[in-house]
Amino acid sequence: MTKIHIPTPLRQYTAKQADVQVKGGTVGDALSDLTARHPDLRRHLYTEEGKLRSFVNVYLNDDDVRYLQKEATAIKDGDNISIVPSIAGGRS
Amino acid sequence: MLRISRSNYDSLRRHGEATYPYESCGVLLGQVNGDVRVVTSVARCGNTRKDSPQNRYNIDPKELIRIQRGGRERGEDIVGFYHSHPDHPARWSPTDLAEAHWFGCSYVITSVEKGRAVTTNSFELTGSEENGKKLVDEEVEIDLFMGRT
Repeated sequence: MTKIHIPTPLRQYTAKQADVQVKGGTVGDALSDLTARHPDLRRHLYTEEGKLRSFVNVYLNDDDVRYLQKEATAIKDGDNISIVPSIAGGRS
Repeated sequence: MLRISRSNYDSLRRHGEATYPYESCGVLLGQVNGDVRVVTSVARCGNTRKDSPQNRYNIDPKELIRIQRGGRERGEDIVGFYHSHPDHPARWSPTDLAEAHWFGCSYVITSVEKGRAVTTNSFELTGSEENGKKLVDEEVEIDLFMGRT
């Protein structure tokens, strides 16, 4: 099992759970299992075309999966996945 | 509403002065109590926007994960974020709204004029979808006794 950490604003879609245990051999499998268990999450993570939204960062332990094999990145029991919406802005 | 201790409030304002003329940024940790976000600690972050730090900020997700992990060990959650507007009002900009994705969290903005923190305002990101989201003014209560024993 792999643990996915859910950020505060998305916990309303996971029955207030901060962590969800999921199954799967890749990051993509784990996210699919997550959205199968909590279907309302899907539209907040993915575009209508099924791509991860640009502001949704997915980290496997301490690594951005964009710099690994993206959703095909292999995972093993005990790994931690974090979903981190970006934090940015500026005065103009 | 956002409730914050005087020391944490002063800390985030001082951060804006320290990074002037560039934008500061950081994370507010604490608990949500009904409609009140109670800040129990403030984590300063680096601004990764080295290309335009005078009018942009970005927090490295890796730094956020580290802060989040530390907070959880203390029973704290992320309840908001802060940044500064050097020589610009403490109002959210179109960029601030476009880049805000943490619904139900507070976005605190401090105007820093000529190196001195002037006004600090807080806005709650309301809504639940990217379409229709809003940054809404919220009250900031500075609790003089919070954190003291």
